[in-house]
Amino acid sequence: MEKNKVLKISTAGSVDDGKSTLIGRILYDTHSLKRDVLEAIQKNSKQKGYDYLDFALATDGLVAEREQGITIDVAHIYFSTPNRSYIIADTPGHEEYTRNMITGASTSDVSLILIDARNGVVEQTRRHFFINNLLRTKELIVAINKMDLVDFQEEVFNAIAKDFQQLVQAGSFTGHRITLIPISALHGDNVVNPSEKTSWYKGKTLLQYLEDIKFEDIHENSQARFQVQTVIRPKTEYFHDFRGYAGKLKGGELSVDDKVVVLPSKMKSKVKSIEFYDQKYKKASNGSSITITLENDINVSRGDWIVKEDQLPHESKEIEAIICWMDKTPMLSSTIYQLQHGVHSVKSKIKSIDSKIDTDSMGKVQEANELQLNDLGWATIQLAKPLHFDSYGENRDTGAFILIDTKSNTTAGVGFIQHKITVD
Amino acid sequence: MKDIVINNPLEDEAIYIFREVAAQFERPAILFSGGKDSITLVHLAKKAFYPAKIPFPLVHIDTGHNFPETIEFRDNLVKEFDLELHVHYVQDNIDAGDVKEEKGRYASRNQLQTETLLQAIEEHGFDACIGGARRDEEKARAKERIFSIRDDFGQWDEKNQRPEVFDMLNGRIDFGQNVRVFPISNWTELDVWTYIQKEEIEIPSIYFAHKRKVFERDGMIWTANDEVVYRDKDEIVIEKTVRFRTVGDMSCTAAVESLAFSIEEVVKEIRQSDLSERGARIDDKRSEAAMETRKQQGYF
Repeated sequence: MEKNKVLKISTAGSVDDGKSTLIGRILYDTHSLKRDVLEAIQKNSKQKGYDYLDFALATDGLVAEREQGITIDVAHIYFSTPNRSYIIADTPGHEEYTRNMITGASTSDVSLILIDARNGVVEQTRRHFFINNLLRTKELIVAINKMDLVDFQEEVFNAIAKDFQQLVQAGSFTGHRITLIPISALHGDNVVNPSEKTSWYKGKTLLQYLEDIKFEDIHENSQARFQVQTVIRPKTEYFHDFRGYAGKLKGGELSVDDKVVVLPSKMKSKVKSIEFYDQKYKKASNGSSITITLENDINVSRGDWIVKEDQLPHESKEIEAIICWMDKTPMLSSTIYQLQHGVHSVKSKIKSIDSKIDTDSMGKVQEANELQLNDLGWATIQLAKPLHFDSYGENRDTGAFILIDTKSNTTAGVGFIQHKITVD
Repeated sequence: MKDIVINNPLEDEAIYIFREVAAQFERPAILFSGGKDSITLVHLAKKAFYPAKIPFPLVHIDTGHNFPETIEFRDNLVKEFDLELHVHYVQDNIDAGDVKEEKGRYASRNQLQTETLLQAIEEHGFDACIGGARRDEEKARAKERIFSIRDDFGQWDEKNQRPEVFDMLNGRIDFGQNVRVFPISNWTELDVWTYIQKEEIEIPSIYFAHKRKVFERDGMIWTANDEVVYRDKDEIVIEKTVRFRTVGDMSCTAAVESLAFSIEEVVKEIRQSDLSERGARIDDKRSEAAMETRKQQGYF
């Protein structure tokens, strides 16, 4: 029973591929579009002279884009079925918005890639796949849209499916679960309701597929990682000696009596209690925001890790990472940035930009001495203090970091740790 | 002792965000309106810091047009949770000539709150203001960040918002800047109600069906209170059994006819409703871009 569970879906695709229409259609067919919103769409569609309901109008947000008819940035759209709740993180498709696609996909469990049946696999498809490959998104749904414009031909669908599989072979991450579905968002075929026009297609509709996804299949349990956000010290009469470490447990489970190590101090202890609000528990699982107390009275502060003593992460003052640059000001070698790893911050310096990755040609690398907005590249980073981490492939939660521009305070880049570099 | 913590991912996320605010900012505050979302925030904050006290004060921007029930509720809540409360009155800004009161049929003090809020922030030196806004409420909010960076005029520039990757929150600001924090960004209206139901959270009585003196205008039902809500001579006062789905001011919030007297019935009604939560708010109806424009001017 998944009553509380929320499935997060990231969508990317060109405005021309019908992505906004698809989302609007999902909302409409799941009765998630409220009457007043629907009335607004009807009014707007009529104003624009359309003879159909432009569901895209349900999802476009900010004024500037409404005039252009394009969506920019990440928009969050909510819908639910009797089975569970869904959040769609919708991002634009084109090259300039790689940063938004990564942002949307970073918090999502499932990625939805849209292809226009008339055009098949294009540069943009390659880019979307590549980004999902980089992010190691487990569940990929490829919706081949506008099937109505190719007469719902099975041959067209198969040809595109074949091209897409070739793309998949070229990716470095091989753990995707990939599903291809022929749809028409405009007319509703195979989105929520099955189509009569694709009798050759024996698979599920898009919504059926989403509903059937099990959380245990997409969430990998790696090693327990607990990072302290804040220390709770009530100092009241009743809770005089209470010293709890509050944070969100990531990676795996933690139990009372587990032997743990605090990093970076390397002090050893045992989990004394696991608490959530006014209740104590024997165990906590991945994702819980809890408060832990330890057996010994040792010094633990914000940013410290509490991990099981037989599951230590890597430690290094130098790391290699794939960086996606998100700022207008380019990333240059020898520049100092604040590196934020979870809630922990450390000063860092770009030792070298090793190569730039071309997302269009499926990851071919080139020489580079800077990374510009929306560029992806390999870099070697030095840290002022040792970092305790897992590689991104080992643990999605503890294998990523952000780089902060110390002048503007903005989040300038995101990094995916690739290797540990042995430093003596 | 219970076996394992049962996750509610939305609750875990909100608690995580509250803890980040406490850790990253010097003087945060919770913006409290007396509505169900801000009440839910207070309950989440309690869970986030237990057994320590909630480390922030509540700030209420009082338009003077509140439902009296929400004021009474606010005062009881503050006492029960032992919280510090700062109330700032829009009336003071009107009297001082900082803002001008709207007149006529669709007059409300909703937009005037921005000025009062900005002054409250400056007076107390708040660097982070925690609010109950949710992304499903409205289009401009759908793109809002969890940590929304505002300049010292409280202004929101949609082109300068920081990417929020994974769950990492960057609240670094310069002197004079301010952050709005939205811990329940990903909660839907129904999520809030089912949480209130499950946690048995007390909320103002006006959310439940009750008899009220009202009048009808533009197909909507308004509270008959001539001091606060403008009423034409030909708009007749009648009594109806209604409830409020969203609680803003009396002057900008319409009631819906309802027989939902209990929380169970309210939840059922919302599940079946075909009208969106803010459908009964005229402050949003004024233009499609109403919310976005207000945020650019420093609103919540």
